[in-house]
Amino acid sequence: MKRFTSFASRTALAAIALTCAQAFAQEPLKIGFVGELSGPQAVLGQDQLDGFLLYLEQHGGKLGGVPVQVLREDTQLKPEVAVQAVRKLIDRDGVPIITGVTFSNIMMAIHKPVTDNKVFLISSLSGPSPIAGAQCSPYQFITSFQLDVAAEAHAAYANEMGYKRVFIMAPNYQSGKDFLTGFKRVFKGEVVDEVYTAMGAPDYSAELTQIAAAKPDAVFAFYPGAMGINFVRQYGQMGLLKTTPLLSQGAVDGSTLPALGEAALGAFNGAPWGPDLDNPANRSFVQAFEQKYKRIPTLFAAQSYDAAQLLDSALRKVEGNVKDKDALRQALKAADFPSVRGNFRFGNNQFPVQDYFVQQVVKDEQGRVTLKTVATPLKDHADAYTTQCPMK
Amino acid sequence: MSFSVFILQLLNGVQFGVLLFLLSAGLTLVLGIMGFVNLMHGSLFMLGAYFAVTLFEQTGSFVLAGLGAVIATVIAGVVLERLVLRRLYHRDHLDHVLGTFGLILILNEVVRAVWGPAAKSMDVPAALSHTVTLLGLPYPSYRFAVIGVGLLMALGLYLLIHRTRLGVWIRAAASNSTMSAAMGVNVQLLNMGVIALGAALAAFAGLMAAPLSSVQSGMGEPILIMTLVVIVTGGIGSVRGAFYGALIVGIIDTLGRTMLPLLLRELVDRSTAQAVGPLIASMLIYLVMAAVLLFRPQGLFPVKHA
Repeated sequence: MKRFTSFASRTALAAIALTCAQAFAQEPLKIGFVGELSGPQAVLGQDQLDGFLLYLEQHGGKLGGVPVQVLREDTQLKPEVAVQAVRKLIDRDGVPIITGVTFSNIMMAIHKPVTDNKVFLISSLSGPSPIAGAQCSPYQFITSFQLDVAAEAHAAYANEMGYKRVFIMAPNYQSGKDFLTGFKRVFKGEVVDEVYTAMGAPDYSAELTQIAAAKPDAVFAFYPGAMGINFVRQYGQMGLLKTTPLLSQGAVDGSTLPALGEAALGAFNGAPWGPDLDNPANRSFVQAFEQKYKRIPTLFAAQSYDAAQLLDSALRKVEGNVKDKDALRQALKAADFPSVRGNFRFGNNQFPVQDYFVQQVVKDEQGRVTLKTVATPLKDHADAYTTQCPMK
Repeated sequence: MSFSVFILQLLNGVQFGVLLFLLSAGLTLVLGIMGFVNLMHGSLFMLGAYFAVTLFEQTGSFVLAGLGAVIATVIAGVVLERLVLRRLYHRDHLDHVLGTFGLILILNEVVRAVWGPAAKSMDVPAALSHTVTLLGLPYPSYRFAVIGVGLLMALGLYLLIHRTRLGVWIRAAASNSTMSAAMGVNVQLLNMGVIALGAALAAFAGLMAAPLSSVQSGMGEPILIMTLVVIVTGGIGSVRGAFYGALIVGIIDTLGRTMLPLLLRELVDRSTAQAVGPLIASMLIYLVMAAVLLFRPQGLFPVKHA
């Protein structure tokens, strides 16, 4: 009788343990999403979230076979709010992975608190140069790109097209200067003039008159957001879109094209991905996105879709075990997924090494204004900061 | 810089000045006649631009969009005057500033809630979407139209103030509002009229600016600051001062932006000139305003008390 009870209790224990294990397996894996979800910049954050959630929805809410719960935090474009949000995600919710991140200043604020806690940071938009270089961390994986590369792509394209004289301009702040420096690093011809305009300037008539008088072969301009809308619109009103190719960055991407519409036709953009890239993963992504959200996906949505694919592939390899950080890191680093941008691997700084494209604003068959890939000036390209990153 | 570029930059400066004048005229009257600091003026500019964009999308007609935007903004201005501004007139300037600053924040959020967070933009009317060649350089015909219409508005405003009975009341009130009230001018009605006139001019400026720059929440504040510089430079309460002040600020800002980096390049090396030039250029109009305040605190073209 005694043996029987002992046997029974052991069986019961085993049963309980098994149920617990099962319950544990059913417990969803929590993933933090931090991004801009309010204010004018919400256009970007919402796109990131939509791209990520689309992949989740296509896979029954699971990544790597594990049910996933996405905890959203709005960073309100305030570094201190962002730091609080990631502290909450890490300390209270215990998330092993944080994704999203819209702006560089937010990234610079949360990078250390997140990676110091050995939480994986999968950025799908921001990729500032410090973390690509000396401040790189083994816990960062960037599915967006280092922004300077876009300037290099434009410069390589200008070389390819044989442009001899290029007029370059940007807003007068750090990113603007970095961008023009990136362009000059690669461009072989003559820089006719280098002009910096006030941050947030609404009117570019004076600079456009300078351009019209200088008659360059092309113009390279970095103008993100509302500045880009104003710049491209006024560039067109001067009749320059017809005469002088506009190699622009930030000005004609998914965030500004809806407002610009046909006013942007003819302008060029540099990017690591385009909606027309011809590979099976991209075709199915674009189709699914358009069906669900009734709009052409932006680069930000594509990069977030890739972030979800990356996590899916890595979690499958480690069978959902996020406790073994080294194994998960190896699995992430392998980047074993069909990226929507074609060839994709991580460099030693865990930023992408891939092809970069130059696109032109055109109308598609349905009459929608979209970006068409016209050249691939950089192939299997790593950013300029990767050598400063001490990781192997 | 060649002669033709200089002339075109002058035109750019005049075009910017004309836009500033439309905003400054309303603001300077409110400040001069009512002694009321109306920071909300930039928000009326924003509302005008949003109404214009929406109506242009609906009707496709620039004229209808303009008319509708002016009427809607005047209604908004009058409603706000009756509900809020009127209660602030008899309090001190700090209360004016706080009250109207609060309205700025509220209106920015209202606009965001109604039209969404993304910037809007509006096409140039087809008839004005081309460029004209001037001294061998292209110039957008739309900007010419802005200059022409703006100058016409200035003329109209001049005639209104110097040739009509309403103008007599306005000038009397600007000179001494207590005395003009004693002489039988209905000051309350006049105040509302001046706010309405200011709103109409601001909406008109918003309409003309909409095809040039993006329409978004908060677009009124940077231009409000420029407008304040204009009326301080020109002389508070004087429409003539607002006109010349706006042209001066517009031309100095435009020429400074383009010529200062070039001039500096002669003095220091190129990269320093490129970095410092735009910074000094953006300060230029404030330096002018400071100089005016120092040497001619009443402004360059003050109201004549004859």
